[in-house]
Amino acid sequence: MTRFALTGALAGAVLFTSAAAALDDEAARTARWNELAQDIFGARQIQQGDAKINLEAPERAEDAALVPVTISVQNPKDVKSITLVIDDNPAPVAAHVTFGPAGDPQSLKLRVRVNQYTYMHAIAETKDGGLYETHRFVKASGGCSAPSGSYDTAALAEIGQMKLRLVGDPQAGQAREAQLLIRHPNFNGMQRDPATLGYTPARFLKTLDVTLNGERVLHLDSDISLAADPAITFAVTALAKGKLAIEAHDSDNAVFAHNFDLGTGGS
Amino acid sequence: MRGLRETRTTAVENLSAPSLPPAASPMTAHPTRRKILLGSFCLCCLPSAIRASDAGPFAMQEIAEGIHIRRGLDEEATQANENAIANTGFIVGRDAVLVIDPGGSLADGECLRATIAQITSLPVKYVVMSHVHPDHIFGASAFLKDAPVYIGHARLTEALQQRGAYYREKLSALFGPEQTGTVVLPGMEIRDRAEIDLGSRIIEVIAHAPAHTVCDVSLFDKETGTLLPADLLFVQRMPSLDGSLRGWLKTLDELKNHAAARAVPGHGPVVVDWPSASAAITRYLTVLERDTRRAITEGTSIEAAIKTAAASERGEWKLFDDYNTRNATEAYKELEWE
Repeated sequence: MTRFALTGALAGAVLFTSAAAALDDEAARTARWNELAQDIFGARQIQQGDAKINLEAPERAEDAALVPVTISVQNPKDVKSITLVIDDNPAPVAAHVTFGPAGDPQSLKLRVRVNQYTYMHAIAETKDGGLYETHRFVKASGGCSAPSGSYDTAALAEIGQMKLRLVGDPQAGQAREAQLLIRHPNFNGMQRDPATLGYTPARFLKTLDVTLNGERVLHLDSDISLAADPAITFAVTALAKGKLAIEAHDSDNAVFAHNFDLGTGGS
Repeated sequence: MRGLRETRTTAVENLSAPSLPPAASPMTAHPTRRKILLGSFCLCCLPSAIRASDAGPFAMQEIAEGIHIRRGLDEEATQANENAIANTGFIVGRDAVLVIDPGGSLADGECLRATIAQITSLPVKYVVMSHVHPDHIFGASAFLKDAPVYIGHARLTEALQQRGAYYREKLSALFGPEQTGTVVLPGMEIRDRAEIDLGSRIIEVIAHAPAHTVCDVSLFDKETGTLLPADLLFVQRMPSLDGSLRGWLKTLDELKNHAAARAVPGHGPVVVDWPSASAAITRYLTVLERDTRRAITEGTSIEAAIKTAAASERGEWKLFDDYNTRNATEAYKELEWE
């Protein structure tokens, strides 16, 4: 994993120069993925899974600091976890989500940072241990306004605030989508301070646990690849009533917890 | 001088970049470099649209007595234009010159500096950096040899700490580190407002709440009743949202009440009537807010909302497609917390 750490330290510098060009080589990108797959899943076989899992992401990201991604699966009942890998990000595993009995893996939306032109892979792990992947190539166009990871530090005063929105009307027997917003800078530790030439320390969301009436909806492991103010849209099972409890931990060991009463329609 | 705080003025070199002459060292100590710089901006660095054949490297317009402005190109930064895309210029008082803004690159700043010297022998004592965007302030290091007071919003330093190195890398990739310039932090930080005396000429500096960016300052020249809102005012060229949508609309409202006869936009014509010229940008931002809020209320996802928000404005702005999706993304993530 040394290679990823090195890429992280240099990411700002190489964004528009040599690394992107070197990785333009399709063979190098394939080798990169094979190496990542080995690191993340070990010797387990990963099957081509376009019939089982779908990944939607913009072909060209206008805002590299906020790239919306939607992952959906064909047979939610068979799926145990979903992993999103952004191959050429400094921390490639953007999210690993494990679903519980109160969660429904049918659809998962995340907002991520994309550091440079890269493949993204979404992998569904089925309950019988199978791994199925699909992928997309994403061009992060950057733009002169904001490098990925800059943040209005005034918003730090609101760190840990949460907002929950239920999407659509409840339909009998169908899972319900909920969008959770969490105020958090998700500092990626890659901003250089021109006065010291050092790096602003990273501070990012590490885990998120969501339960419905005490039953697990999902557990998320994450890293610096989530966009600032992380937003996650997930589905809860048909009986979407009662207390939705959220607990988030960040890399500074801060804990943010919030309960939402779904009986009154969310927040 | 309420709201002023003296801090440091620091030129920061990138580790990989060749050193510039220190501020205290006169350029004559580096004749070769000086020759190169003069050669480059006279012969090749400026697009002909900007360069004046006889009046100096820049085509400047004196838009009010003593206020000289260069029209920026309605383009993105390219190798050819050396990021001379913002309106930049200077104000001449009885005793001193104030620059706003120093330009988009060291090369752009050097051109401005040479132009000033052709118009006045007065020293450049103040360089205002209106906000963090590189097209306005990467020329700052061209003025280090004049040892001016660099003036910026109280939050400019923080913004440059987050982004300065990134901008420098990006611009260096376009036209080389030598032409790019270094990050200069403000020595005078404005929290609320301040007055700068250029000698019988008072320039008011106003620090704004987050609007176009989180670190916008505007100037008002009392002598001629001229408002210089920098990128708080875009005319014809697509605005870029990088601060707060609601804040920007509020700031425009406040500025409209300013008793100014004319204004100098950050992009667009060098001078416009005030406040009538603020109507178009106010309309765009209002439409963007309306469309985005509607999408959020209706439960439309961000990826869908940014494809349609403010689409009715497409015909009204140059470079619309380069900025609107990004603006809509910014708007969505601000308004979804309401």
